[in-house]
Amino acid sequence: MRRSMPQGALALLCVLVVSLGIARANGIVEVKSPGGVTAWLIEDHSLPLIALQFSFDGGAALDPPGQEGRASLVMDLLDEGAGELDSHAFKNRLEDLSIRLGFEASYDSVGGAMRTLSANADAAFDLLRLALTSPRFDPAAIERVKTEVATDLRQDAEAPKVIANQLWWRTAFPDHPYGRRSAGSPQSIGKLGTADLRRFVDERFGRDKLTIGVVGDITPERLQALLERTFGSLPAHAAKAVVADTAAFGEGALLVVNMPIPQSVVAFGERGIKRDDPDWYVALVMNEILAGSGLTSRLTAEIREKRGLAYGVGAGLSPLRHAGILYGSVATRNDRVGDVLEILRSEWRRFRDDGPTPAELEAARTYLIGSFPLGLDTTSRLAALLVSLQVEGLGMDYVERRAAALAAVTIDDVRRVAKRLLDPDRLRIVIVGAPKGLVGATEMAVDDE
Amino acid sequence: MVPGLPVRALVWLLIGLVLSFAVPASAKQFDVDSFTLANGLQVVVVPFHRAPAVTQMLWYKAGAYDDPPGKSGIAHFLEHLMFRGTKETPPGEFSRIVSQNGGRENASTSPDYTVFFQTVAADRLDLVMKLEAERMHDLLITEDKATPEREVIIEERRSRIDNVPAALLDEQRDAVLFLNSHYRLPAIGWLSEMRGLSADDARRFYATWYAPNNAVLVIAGDVDLARVRALAETYYGPIPPHPVPVHEALAEPAKVAATRLEMTSGHVASPEWSRSYLAPGYIEAGGKLADALTVLAEILGGGESARLYRSLVIDKKLAVSVGAGYGPYRGAGSFSLYAEPKDGVSVADIEAAIMAEIRRVLSEGISAAEVDRVKNRLQASALYSRDSLSGVARIIGASLVAGRSLEEIQAWPERIGAVTPEEIMAAARQVFKDDAGVTAVLLPEKRS
Repeated sequence: MRRSMPQGALALLCVLVVSLGIARANGIVEVKSPGGVTAWLIEDHSLPLIALQFSFDGGAALDPPGQEGRASLVMDLLDEGAGELDSHAFKNRLEDLSIRLGFEASYDSVGGAMRTLSANADAAFDLLRLALTSPRFDPAAIERVKTEVATDLRQDAEAPKVIANQLWWRTAFPDHPYGRRSAGSPQSIGKLGTADLRRFVDERFGRDKLTIGVVGDITPERLQALLERTFGSLPAHAAKAVVADTAAFGEGALLVVNMPIPQSVVAFGERGIKRDDPDWYVALVMNEILAGSGLTSRLTAEIREKRGLAYGVGAGLSPLRHAGILYGSVATRNDRVGDVLEILRSEWRRFRDDGPTPAELEAARTYLIGSFPLGLDTTSRLAALLVSLQVEGLGMDYVERRAAALAAVTIDDVRRVAKRLLDPDRLRIVIVGAPKGLVGATEMAVDDE
Repeated sequence: MVPGLPVRALVWLLIGLVLSFAVPASAKQFDVDSFTLANGLQVVVVPFHRAPAVTQMLWYKAGAYDDPPGKSGIAHFLEHLMFRGTKETPPGEFSRIVSQNGGRENASTSPDYTVFFQTVAADRLDLVMKLEAERMHDLLITEDKATPEREVIIEERRSRIDNVPAALLDEQRDAVLFLNSHYRLPAIGWLSEMRGLSADDARRFYATWYAPNNAVLVIAGDVDLARVRALAETYYGPIPPHPVPVHEALAEPAKVAATRLEMTSGHVASPEWSRSYLAPGYIEAGGKLADALTVLAEILGGGESARLYRSLVIDKKLAVSVGAGYGPYRGAGSFSLYAEPKDGVSVADIEAAIMAEIRRVLSEGISAAEVDRVKNRLQASALYSRDSLSGVARIIGASLVAGRSLEEIQAWPERIGAVTPEEIMAAARQVFKDDAGVTAVLLPEKRS
């Protein structure tokens, strides 16, 4: 059977995988509308589908004090009616045309994802335009969504994993928006009115903060027209807003929330590294060896494979705009929490003191280089990649450069960065459960707001 | 923000995932090819050329349903032990090789099957086929490998079930819904029985069920038929077949008593209500009935324009969320309704309102327009599922091991298109007859 000539996505990914020297990563096209709305596009006509992702810089971290959850509530309400369509009509139209549209707020940005059959692209872009430019915020929809969010938040307040996660962030960032929940609290969202939500839309959805990635069955010319129609009427500039950088928190901690459950949930972490740090790739390699997702990481080998103390253990780099974090989690039986913490700290120390072996370094580099393009099979994931390449300023040839940067990481680099980042005494550890025989822990209450 | 835990060896216990398998995509335009080796191994090739990657999925037609009495969880335990080395490859080496080649791997156990998969660069396919074939017949299970791994699966159970009140209640619900067949048993096992699972038990299950003639190999990605055929012959071809028992055919008796389960937990904030009915599985439902139930579930609970959401969330303002789902296994299935009441609304009111909607369906029927809308959506979802490398492979594999033919799977969008309102009504009357469902209510502990 003859294979069709590679389309954009395929060409890009070929470059990604076979890496250097074949062709420019020019599967990506920059499309600019007459009014200046820009998107990166990978044309791929293998299926009659289009995926679009977009992001506005500035997210939940900008929620004013007392209005925590505002960005998140706005994003939850954008598909609850817009223009002439009330919530029911809007949802019906999406569902009848099989258009998948969702919006989300994170600390540093708000954005959304749209998938449509290419036959329905005009309608899909039109619904997206309505949602962004004339959301209705009908009182009934606001009340309903607030109730849904409050119910979720109350349920989260009972879930050990969520409690551990939140207490970790809250105590790590006591004076910074990153220490607050991006979804807010039932109290804070209860106070938000229509005017607050409208202000967010007016202030934040500026074209200067907008990034768009598109993948699929659409030509640059058609996209150009749709971009202008969909985003062209947004204000040119978002309101000025500043979130402070936050210094890496310095102190370690061991906090316990007592809960009568059979397994303790442990959140742990310390300062990490920001995305634009020159040591980023070295830190990626370091984390992969120490705490990466495979069965081969040191933490997994010691905690799971050798001792059967947990189903899973791992950590990852969380590069937020204003702080870098190395954060992980594990869950273990109550009577072995002390053992797990001891292994965690000693592996942290051993890595800082001795660094990786050459074999570990080689394995981690190969994995990080090779696995990346394998995860880019869907149009949505490729569209999300296009957005992050632009947001982080990584360039169209990122995948080649990423592979080259990882290949260049040396054992001395990893040793140096391990000394810079890893400090067992600075680990902030939060336990939720009924751990036995733990010493030196500070007890916290579940509702300790 | 929170990195996910490694999820190798995860158990698809969630009905949602089973549900998604009830909605196979059209594979027709994919030119799916299939052939069978002399030793009985069925091989399906799904071309997907967007990325230079390939996924190997090996599906064994053996799962938690086949756990012998007193050994619940053994199929899943064996799935874990499959990563602990063969006579040729030392423990951990398979994972190390896959990872060193930039690959990803995982496995999972459901009642009807156990599946192992890897995604690697297309030119590494021979490597993972060699390793997967090797552990089909040469696994080395010893007591000192089993000992730490048993602790791992017990921690897995604690994470997924014992620490999660809703999961605990689901487990109890299944034990009541299925009166006779092994679908009543949790795939991960009862804790008391998991503690007694031995290397011997795992070896016995392996020797009984793991054979080329009891497996389906799906290769999806940037490959062609000739290459896959050659590799399959090389690596899987020499493995001798052996007779495999038939799955114990335990029919479900008619359920005549409505049953009510109530669980109070200090770790839930608001009540959850569900009612599950015994429904036909793939074998009994054949094509038509299963398709009709899939459409019915979508009419009732598929999204925010569906009947239950419209009525309970928007109009009556009783619920925060509501839904319906059909989950067929090979030999039996369930049809479930579920809802979360709004703060201050009683579980009794929610239940009454949902059942009023069901009665309305039974007495007034459904419109052709309603059916057409839902059919269009289901057909579009089939198209969407073709967007991912593993999506089609997973649907094809799961459907084949559940006893469907490749032709049936490929014709799914057409079959859905042919479902009539009359067939849906007949299916609804069958499922809801006698109203003998299992109602499960999860309640928060009263706090002073």
